[in-house]
Amino acid sequence: MKNTFIGTPMERREDLRFLRGRGEYVDDVAMPGLLYAVILRSSVAHGRLVSIDASAALRFPGVHSIITRADMPGGPPIIPMRLQPLPEFKPFEQPVIAHDKVRYVGEPIAVILASSVAVAEDALEAIEVEIEELPAVADWQSASANTTVLFEKQGTNRSLVFHSRKGDADAAFANAPYVRREKLRTGRHFGLTMEPRGVMAAWDDAAGKLTIYGAAKVPFFNRRILSAQIGLPVDSIDMIENDVGGGYGARGEFYPEDFLIPFAARHVKRPVKWIEDRRENLMAMNHAREEECDLEVACARDGTILAIRGEVRTDMGAYMRTNGAVGARNVSQFMAGPYRVPHVKIDSSLWMTNKTPVGTYRGPGRFEACFFLERMIDMIAADLGIDRIEFRRKNLVTAAEQPYPIAHVQPTDAKDEYDSGEYSETLERALKEINWSEKAKLQGKLIDGKYHGLGVVCFIEGGAAGPKEMARIEVNPEGKFSVYMGTASVGQGVETVFAQIAADALEVPVDNIDHVYHGSTAYVSDGYGAYHSRSTVMGGSAVLDATNNFMALLRQAAGKRLGCAESNVTLDIDKVTGGGRTMALKDFAGLTAEGAFLNKKHTYSYGAHVCHITVDAKLGRIEIIDYVVVQDVGRAVNPLTLRGQVLGSLVQGLGGAVLEDLKYDENGQFLTGSLADYLLPTATDFPNLRCVVLDDYPSPINPLGAKGAGEGGIIAAGGCMANAVANALSSFGVQPRELPLSPTYIWGLVQAGQRAAAE
Amino acid sequence: MTTKFEVNGKPVSVDVEPRLTLADCLRHELRLTGTHIGCEHGVCGACTVLVDGEAVRSCLILAVQAEGAKITTVEGLSNDADLTPLQKSFRKHHALQCGFCTPGFITTAHALLTEEPDCDADRVREVLSGNICRCTGYIGIVDAVLEARAAYKK
Repeated sequence: MKNTFIGTPMERREDLRFLRGRGEYVDDVAMPGLLYAVILRSSVAHGRLVSIDASAALRFPGVHSIITRADMPGGPPIIPMRLQPLPEFKPFEQPVIAHDKVRYVGEPIAVILASSVAVAEDALEAIEVEIEELPAVADWQSASANTTVLFEKQGTNRSLVFHSRKGDADAAFANAPYVRREKLRTGRHFGLTMEPRGVMAAWDDAAGKLTIYGAAKVPFFNRRILSAQIGLPVDSIDMIENDVGGGYGARGEFYPEDFLIPFAARHVKRPVKWIEDRRENLMAMNHAREEECDLEVACARDGTILAIRGEVRTDMGAYMRTNGAVGARNVSQFMAGPYRVPHVKIDSSLWMTNKTPVGTYRGPGRFEACFFLERMIDMIAADLGIDRIEFRRKNLVTAAEQPYPIAHVQPTDAKDEYDSGEYSETLERALKEINWSEKAKLQGKLIDGKYHGLGVVCFIEGGAAGPKEMARIEVNPEGKFSVYMGTASVGQGVETVFAQIAADALEVPVDNIDHVYHGSTAYVSDGYGAYHSRSTVMGGSAVLDATNNFMALLRQAAGKRLGCAESNVTLDIDKVTGGGRTMALKDFAGLTAEGAFLNKKHTYSYGAHVCHITVDAKLGRIEIIDYVVVQDVGRAVNPLTLRGQVLGSLVQGLGGAVLEDLKYDENGQFLTGSLADYLLPTATDFPNLRCVVLDDYPSPINPLGAKGAGEGGIIAAGGCMANAVANALSSFGVQPRELPLSPTYIWGLVQAGQRAAAE
Repeated sequence: MTTKFEVNGKPVSVDVEPRLTLADCLRHELRLTGTHIGCEHGVCGACTVLVDGEAVRSCLILAVQAEGAKITTVEGLSNDADLTPLQKSFRKHHALQCGFCTPGFITTAHALLTEEPDCDADRVREVLSGNICRCTGYIGIVDAVLEARAAYKK
């Protein structure tokens, strides 16, 4: 291999347009004759939809039409699940528009089409909706009472229970010398993207063709859903991915608007654009994370983990959305984290409530599982009188044990195993980086009015979801290469990363990879998308296969034209040589080959978080003095962008650990409808963060050796901060059992600790 | 209402409804789509432009209020030939991922460095705390702004 672009920090090609304001996001695309859509959403959490009277609104000048359930005579189409599409979930899937009932504040009731957004918003106020209110189910506890059910035919608010099993946990608990049981919970967060969602659809009546702008993440899958719902062949729908302002698992799934806007465009035979506003975004985009568990850990007296057992409940919101089950599934499968746990028994139940439905958010289920188990490890180590680092060292999976089998999840029948790595090495490196042995003496110390605490957590991150990804390599008229990808970009920098991989594979300068196209359904025959930290691993491996196929094709074509044996043909940047003759590569313009990577296994990157914080016990306020993430990613393609993934996801995780919480009252009214209520991290919140990326243990399951690495920063942030708070406030006996660690919560724990000490 | 102001050095005249925000006017009337709209309630800073040299959230003022003002958007802080020193520094420090918040950071940082080319890291963080980035965690952005100071020193 002549090149070494893989492994070299490279500035991004995407930046050239973004920095100059020349990105093209969906709202930047204009079209003649455009109508603007605004969506009337339910202001009631639970009720029967009695009537919708849009007659007054229709008389507003500039209003073109208003779409409601009445425009879908057979009943509104239902949005099918993309991941874990189990038959049990079917009755709980979401109709694209409210039909007989409304089940959460924010559920679409009507679509207003007008000459401007402002006119449409004016008219929205004039639509009269009659809803017969029903009692709201505002949390999993009231859901589990089943006195009010969201779906009457089902008779229960529980859509499913996932069972994760390994060994015989009950037997292990029966004989265990030590058991600890805790109730722990995480707050409701979501993958808020800075660019709100948006869809623009254009209907070509003559050609019978729909073109949809604003696709993201999984355009091929969404096209199949839309094709079935709207009754058009897949080939009659083009999904165009524009620049995408953030994904984080939430953006790009099939939402009600992904049907409503194309439907509206076809209905009125005009192009229609809908851009979400921030209030809508907070109540309409997938929520995530709100989970509670009763977890038990059994240990030997020397700190060896014998078994874990427990029950988790996820507050699912009102419907099972496309990837809604992932968090509840993952929390059960990954409760054991990177540790050697021979016996596992976790039951994870999914409770439907009158809230915005959940989907995935970066590190789904893993963030929660990591917080749950790591919080318990610190408590258990203290109970057993074992240093909490020693406890972790003793239980981390070793390289000799790889591939290491993990819990088997039913009813999805998912068997899995970790792929490679010596997990303790990242822990040791993190301890060294933060100078733990020196800082250890600060633990619990009060200095200048603040208590110092250290946190430590180990984590595992899954990646590289199959089954397949596609790539295509083509010679363009300039004699350079265009690369077409089936994966999508959600802003993570894949154009640069795929250019690096293709340049190495073709042995050409990276600038000779002229363009990397991605995310639109027109580029390759099939594609999967950007989720589960899969793009680099799956897409990159597909590039390698496409290169092999391309080179075979080039040798064949050039052999004929140069009059030499195929085996004598060589590619030298922009020239093709063979039998003593040379042609320009551009003479082969249009030559193209597709490649694929198929994969049934997952990659598992892993690492450790350590932090040093202070807590003001009077104000409940946390300050980070130093925070280090160490992650082994198998193989780092672009260390510059990878560092960005780790630190960026870390700050998201710290948001969930300390600030972010989507709140409802007991009537299911949504209380956090602005960025003044839903607090995101800003530049002053977490200044002192570092990361170290290692690639000592390549993944054996793909030709790059890479492991998905977009989520390692977020997964362990909640657990690490909570452990550090417990450590800092150990003199008060504080043990956080919930996230976020808001000032109010911490202050309350300190007060409770003081009261307990006084008694 | 007919409103006249200057955008990126060029005089413009627009006929707008009084309720149209400057952000919507720039994006949809003048097709300067580099200015992004992230919250429409003045929290996220994505729509920040310079009004007579000062960083202003264009979602919080009306287009008609810009009468007679000199407006600079991210397009006005860019050129075809090359990235500016501030933009180069953003690229070098990987101070952006999805790019949606980036124009607001560029305009905010430009206003800060023009006024205070000697600002320290705390000051940079304080000023940038009015802009939300969801991708980077801000580390690269702060490093980029600090390194770009040199280009603003007279």
